[in-house]
Amino acid sequence: MSVLVNKDTKVLCQGITGSQGTFHSEQAIAYGTKMVGGVTPGKGGSTHLDLPVFNTVRNAVDQTGADASVIYVPAAFCKDSIIEAAESGVSLIVCITEGIPTLDMLEASIAVKQNGVRLIGPNCPGIITPGECKIGIMPGAIHNAGKVGIVSRSGTLTYECVKQTSDLNYGQSTCIGIGGDPIPGTSFIDALALFQDDPQTEAILMVGEIGGTAEEEAAEFIKSNVKKPVAAYIAGVTAPPGKRMGHAGAIISGGKGTADDKFAALGSAGVTITRSPAELGLAVKEATGW
Amino acid sequence: MNLHEYQAKALFAEYGMPVPNNIVASTPAEAKAGAEKLSTDKVVVKAQVHAGGRGKAGGVKLVDTPQEAADFAESLLGTQLVTIQTDANGQPINTVLIEETSNIESELYLGMVIDRASQRVVVMASTEGGMDIETVAHDTPEKILKAQINPLVGVMPYQCRELAFGLGLKGKQIKQFGALLTGLVKLFVEKDLALVEINPLVITKEEDLICLDGKINIDGNAMYRHPDLDKLRDKSQEDERELRASEWDLNYVALEGNIGCMVNGAGLAMATMDIIKLKGGQPANFLDVGGGATKERVAEALKIILSDPDVKGILVNIFGGIVRCDLIADGIIAAVGEVGIEVPVVVRLEGTKAKEGRELLDKSGLNLQSASDLGDAAEKIVKTVGAAS
Repeated sequence: MSVLVNKDTKVLCQGITGSQGTFHSEQAIAYGTKMVGGVTPGKGGSTHLDLPVFNTVRNAVDQTGADASVIYVPAAFCKDSIIEAAESGVSLIVCITEGIPTLDMLEASIAVKQNGVRLIGPNCPGIITPGECKIGIMPGAIHNAGKVGIVSRSGTLTYECVKQTSDLNYGQSTCIGIGGDPIPGTSFIDALALFQDDPQTEAILMVGEIGGTAEEEAAEFIKSNVKKPVAAYIAGVTAPPGKRMGHAGAIISGGKGTADDKFAALGSAGVTITRSPAELGLAVKEATGW
Repeated sequence: MNLHEYQAKALFAEYGMPVPNNIVASTPAEAKAGAEKLSTDKVVVKAQVHAGGRGKAGGVKLVDTPQEAADFAESLLGTQLVTIQTDANGQPINTVLIEETSNIESELYLGMVIDRASQRVVVMASTEGGMDIETVAHDTPEKILKAQINPLVGVMPYQCRELAFGLGLKGKQIKQFGALLTGLVKLFVEKDLALVEINPLVITKEEDLICLDGKINIDGNAMYRHPDLDKLRDKSQEDERELRASEWDLNYVALEGNIGCMVNGAGLAMATMDIIKLKGGQPANFLDVGGGATKERVAEALKIILSDPDVKGILVNIFGGIVRCDLIADGIIAAVGEVGIEVPVVVRLEGTKAKEGRELLDKSGLNLQSASDLGDAAEKIVKTVGAAS
């Protein structure tokens, strides 16, 4: 078992003929992901990387029975692409693109929820179930099938988690990069709930960042809903408050959102916290007693 | 991207929101001429910088005559204003706003921001306008009224009424507030704002509402569809090195320590700073080379790091996903060739083509220490820099 994706997940790529779409689709195919086709408006009927290309996501889903779609289109077109995927019958959308206007994401995420679809990202590395399915830009070779569920806002810190849990031979059940944008499709809470219900996942490693209150909300959720051991790290203890304008950002968060607030909230929820990003694997060891 | 108060007020006026008559000046003579044109005897002179807290910092003054406006403008223009929201160097004052005075009865607060938790645009209003609104929010959160806006339908008249009654507005003010908030929400959505704030929103003795201050921050990701707003960018308000970095698509923030960092990914860059501190060192900067690092950008990143005279050592920490470590190694070798690096450098390469990258560095004959993991890298650079200083 694993969460959201496995060896049977049939994946489409929106933007498959672009340079990013091409490169990462090749990598996904090489990893063993069941890529079934791509979408590039105007190039329907052609083939690319030996896969059929369609003009619309709806055509692609009808013809291939795809379950998931990964989006590599430029930021200006992502609202459209996300909503197209949400209304065309896939159950999972993974949006890798960074730089999408926040108001576009507010609207896209409403469409995603109305259709009961799960969105991962945007501005994220994607999702991988080691040995079965890689959707995104992560380097496949560092992953090993195993028992730790990983969820992180940061791409490269996710790789750090993977490496450290691989070095200790724990391996990963599934790794979800939820992305660093203000309006993520999948939250820590969503990912924690999935890992709690997944028999393969024996422990959870989560990595947060300063800003927002998603980690504080996750801590509340863990307290009452997560029975598996959880280890956590928050990046940004040394980040300076910096120049800012006005007060609205501080008011909306009620003065919360610093790394120390997040460590405290997670600690009081029984999570094993580490302040060293070099000890992510060790924190899992401590949380589990492995 | 931040706007100046005078730019924000011009947008307010464009959306039908009430602002005092004003004139922008960049010389004392313009300030004097501006004050003469305004209808009130007394006028307010306000320094235009990208930071709040200007009043307490001495950047705002009520003056009696046009000559006094010119004198105060002269004392401000060309200087740096240090406020509670700036760094120690402050922000340069290149323009001042000369504005008519209002008969203030009371001061309200009105702001809008995108709330991550509710995934909505949220309006915040309070009767406790003025300087200490954050204290009010922290100590008495019930005094901050909120309304969530559904982006698909916009602000509803009932939401305007609910806030207006909550703020204790009466008579013609209810209608004025409705028009003002409707304009503000339209402005927020049409111009892709990330934050807008009117503090204070004043009720005058004539019982009218007027926007006495204005702060606007625009979503940087949406600038491509607002060329008109892009022209309002004031680069003098931005850090020189951060500006140079942004021209190369590098995300750089200067800090006060002495260990320069070059990292891929914002999260890993913050984590690298954190571990340097944890091992007893002080990071000199945050620098994310991003996903599309080329040889040229890596070289430019190293040059920007080295342009900080406090830097006594550099830690390069790359976990290659999209980024290929061999390209990073090429960039490091090129930068050393171009600018010469006198300070010690510790390099940790991991992920895609890490082995090839390490081999390139080994063969280059450069004086680099390689590190096996993040902890080892941080220990090595802290030890080396500590021993040197």
